[in-house]
Amino acid sequence: MNIEKLKDIASEIRKDILKSTCKAQSGHPGGSLSATDIMVCLYFHKMKHNPKKPNDVNRDRFILSKGHAAPALYACLAHSGYFPIKELDTLRQLGTRLQGHPERTKLPGIEASTGPLGQGLSFANGVALAGKLDKKDYKVYCMIGDGESQEGMIWEAAMTSAHYKLDNLCVILDHNRLQIDGDVADVKNIEPIVDKFKAFGFNVIEIDGHNYEEILNALEKADKIKGKPTMIIANTIKGKGVKSMENKVEWHGKACKPEELDGLCKGVC
Amino acid sequence: MVFVRGFAKMDIIKEATRDGFGKGIVKAGENKDVVVLDADLAESTRSIKFKEKFPERFFDMGIAEMDMVGTAAGLAASGKIPFACSFAVFSTGRAYGAMRLAAISELNVKIVGSHAGLSTGEDGATHQAIDDISLARTLPGMTVIQPGDSLEAEKATLALVNHKGPAYLRLIRGKVPILTKKEDRFEIGKGVIIKKGKDAAIFATGALVHIGLEAAEELNKQNIDAAVVNIHTIKPIDEELIIKMAKETKIIVTAEDHNIIGGLGSAIAEVLAENYPVKMKRIGVNDHFGESGKPEELYQKYGLTKEAIIKAVKDLRREK
Repeated sequence: MNIEKLKDIASEIRKDILKSTCKAQSGHPGGSLSATDIMVCLYFHKMKHNPKKPNDVNRDRFILSKGHAAPALYACLAHSGYFPIKELDTLRQLGTRLQGHPERTKLPGIEASTGPLGQGLSFANGVALAGKLDKKDYKVYCMIGDGESQEGMIWEAAMTSAHYKLDNLCVILDHNRLQIDGDVADVKNIEPIVDKFKAFGFNVIEIDGHNYEEILNALEKADKIKGKPTMIIANTIKGKGVKSMENKVEWHGKACKPEELDGLCKGVC
Repeated sequence: MVFVRGFAKMDIIKEATRDGFGKGIVKAGENKDVVVLDADLAESTRSIKFKEKFPERFFDMGIAEMDMVGTAAGLAASGKIPFACSFAVFSTGRAYGAMRLAAISELNVKIVGSHAGLSTGEDGATHQAIDDISLARTLPGMTVIQPGDSLEAEKATLALVNHKGPAYLRLIRGKVPILTKKEDRFEIGKGVIIKKGKDAAIFATGALVHIGLEAAEELNKQNIDAAVVNIHTIKPIDEELIIKMAKETKIIVTAEDHNIIGGLGSAIAEVLAENYPVKMKRIGVNDHFGESGKPEELYQKYGLTKEAIIKAVKDLRREK
């Protein structure tokens, strides 16, 4: 799919993030918007997956370790055809398949239940190890957050990824530099994050996480690396695409007001 | 189904339940989907037996229990049947978040905790899991099994391969008499009457099963006919059998190497309180951490003895 089409899809995804969290009057728009462009590149260009066969053993897998970005994931799945787009309106409501944080038992297309931070990378390693054991050529993508990288389990898992030479694993760090309590650098600094993952044995690629050429190139490069896992450090903007939300920490876990919705959707870029 | 064994046919052969697991997991390995993970304790947990036979399906995860259980979840989601092994304090307590997420995910992850309870001995309180049953039992969908001897541990391991869903298998370091026979069937969720009795029922799990049997033998000499029931599955617990025994004997004593809060005693108290309240006593670690010492010294000091069980039965008879 060409980049312009991908960008058009991303705009729709962003609007759905705003709408679904607005309807729920809760959820995490900031970190969903920062992750959107990468997820769109994965679901609408890079990954081999079939919404009609969500359990196909040969599918590529995407594990959203930063599970609070669920609104972006749900919108990508809905627009891919895993379930009706109108179901996005049920986000976070009683009886919904679209739980506040993703649950694999509830909704087709969800690979891993996530949300308690730090856990998705270990899960992704398990899926990648199984792929090696079964001699499958599927690829495992895992998105982690920068605040999430304060969890010790991320580093336990990083050692596992490298020790088992999981070159079928590509991790993407959504480096939007903000977490609930403020700047990641102030809350507890994770830098130098590129050097850290290099030291842990990853093939590290640093990109602008909103530049489609850079995202797609990095994903292609990850395929060619043998013998080690890839870590794409994607420098992103929290709230990206919705001007009044960009780089504002208060939009981490707050939905817009219903009266703000139309204006914000019109301004999505 | 209830399996009735003759009284006091205690085999003199002793073996640790972890050794039974070691034998079971090697047999389980014939199923190509079975994989084993360990956190640097493969020799101690006996998962090394699997590593020797199926090295390509064995993953040493280093000293990183959270990562081990999280990785096991990913393997399970990909069709594998992972057994994630460490000491009970670590495979449950250190990995609790990952264990909880595996349970929410309804994944086929088998968590194995060896060196459970005070019987771990010299390593002291930090290494003696007295809270692990409680942690596992409170997770929705989690099956909790503690075999009473090594033969049963072997069968439990094989049963877990065919059991769908998350489970915790609790094992101990020390040797205990083999009470069961090769031909005895093992069924998850079913208590086993190892001695019939009409005057009292002793529900025991793990290392306390044989101690419960010794207590019953002693009580028999004093003309008190106590039944002994091996509860190898603490969750889902055999409610039917517990209620039946309570109706028949009206006197219930539980025995376990675990805190009496949250363990077998609690589980049975919950069943009785809601269905057929009778007075009961819980023998176990009385809301206390352990300490260094020989297992038998610790059992004496903390009251995990046949004398304590006998006293509990007699006290309840007096209070009746």
